[in-house]
Amino acid sequence: MLSETALKQTPLYQEHVRLHAKMVPFGGWEMPLQYEGILAEYHSTRREVAVFDTSHMGEFFIEGDLRESGLDGLVTQRLEDLAVGSCRYGLLLNDNGTVLDDLIVYRLADAKWMVVVNGATMEKDAAQFQRFITAKGKFTNASFSTGKVDIQGPGSRDLLAKFIKGFEHLTFYTFCECDVLGQKAIVSRTGYTGELGYEIYFPWERLPELWNKILSLGAKPAGLGSRDVLRLEMGYSLYGHELSENILPLEAGLERFIDWDKSFVGKAALQKEKAAGVKRTMAAFTSTSRRSPRTDFKIFSPEGQEIGIVTSGTFSPALERGIGLGLIETKFAKKDQKIFLGSEFKNALEAVTTSRTFYKQGTLRK
Amino acid sequence: MEVMDDYYYTKEHEWIRIEDNIATVGISEYAQSALGDITFVELPEIGMEVEQFEQFASVESVKAASDIYCPMSGKVIDVNTELEDSPDLINRNCYEKGWMVQIELSAPEEKTNLMTAAEYQKFLESLE
Repeated sequence: MLSETALKQTPLYQEHVRLHAKMVPFGGWEMPLQYEGILAEYHSTRREVAVFDTSHMGEFFIEGDLRESGLDGLVTQRLEDLAVGSCRYGLLLNDNGTVLDDLIVYRLADAKWMVVVNGATMEKDAAQFQRFITAKGKFTNASFSTGKVDIQGPGSRDLLAKFIKGFEHLTFYTFCECDVLGQKAIVSRTGYTGELGYEIYFPWERLPELWNKILSLGAKPAGLGSRDVLRLEMGYSLYGHELSENILPLEAGLERFIDWDKSFVGKAALQKEKAAGVKRTMAAFTSTSRRSPRTDFKIFSPEGQEIGIVTSGTFSPALERGIGLGLIETKFAKKDQKIFLGSEFKNALEAVTTSRTFYKQGTLRK
Repeated sequence: MEVMDDYYYTKEHEWIRIEDNIATVGISEYAQSALGDITFVELPEIGMEVEQFEQFASVESVKAASDIYCPMSGKVIDVNTELEDSPDLINRNCYEKGWMVQIELSAPEEKTNLMTAAEYQKFLESLE
């Protein structure tokens, strides 16, 4: 484990301290958990606009032909038909078909790509890229020179329009390079909250300037605590919880991000697993009360048989119920199945399996 | 952190207000602030007999669940049912409206195992 002193700091660290954020270790980084409070920041994002520091995430650049560079064979998503100015979510797998990371690939030009990965996994991801990117591709790890902020919420477009021109046309999962405070920057209509929102990739040293500009226009700073509630209400996976090197993408419910028509690292192992059929699968569930499931709670059948494990759980402010995701024996993974969650069956909380998008009123496609 | 003068406190940050042999129990300003937004409170059954420092309730915030221990032994005679629908009363007013349980004390001398307001204040400073 990393010691406290070894934690990395984002370019906004001093800003978080100034805002009296509660700082916590997260994947080797010292990150803001909350400023005003998790629920207040949650509501700012769902109702107005909030800004998140996501500079811990990694950015790789690859120059070269999609196939010849080795990029196509590294990730699971189909990229050949990805238009310049669009991005697509997918996975980076091990040889044995389990998940090294989830990531987004941006097509910057015909033969230029940006790959955005998780902060905690960045080093091992970079090693995998260096292993598989060929002499015909040029790999650059720009993780420590590229900062990032996420501006999320129904008011995000109007807020950014006050100082950025030419991004308003963007649809979900597209991006453009625009002038941001006199700097060419990638503005991407993506996010992790289920609301209309943007991610801005910006030079590391200048990020405080952008952050403070966004705050001065009325966005509320929001931390990892609210970010986790927002993403879980959308049923989005978090690496280390729903995805890991011990979980197959087929178990994680992410097969739609796999292009079986191309070859990629881990495909052979995955095909074998698919043919055999997976024994467990990701289930979404809602408590019948305000009690919340927690990570590593066991999942029990009504008869008390242990049938799975909770990977993420929280209180959902939108549903006023506990919600969660977990791996469950495939035969129990039907909708409207009554289950019990807890460290033991006695006193376990009652829940019902449901569809994975808990929150359906989000503005992400508006 | 606000500390109420006439209350007694535990190291787990519960408070108890004693009036004759009846006492009211809740969690301190420090506890509610550390927990953050409280989303669920599980209270004991009325009539239940509890022993000093025995777990008898729990509080959930967005991020975590915490056990609540009874500061003194006795019988549960009332619980704050308003917390079922408004658990955030604890965040908003932990020493009055956010009270959790009322008990009839069976061993008033146990008070000596608790901290006075001044002692608790010192204890909080030692945590910083």
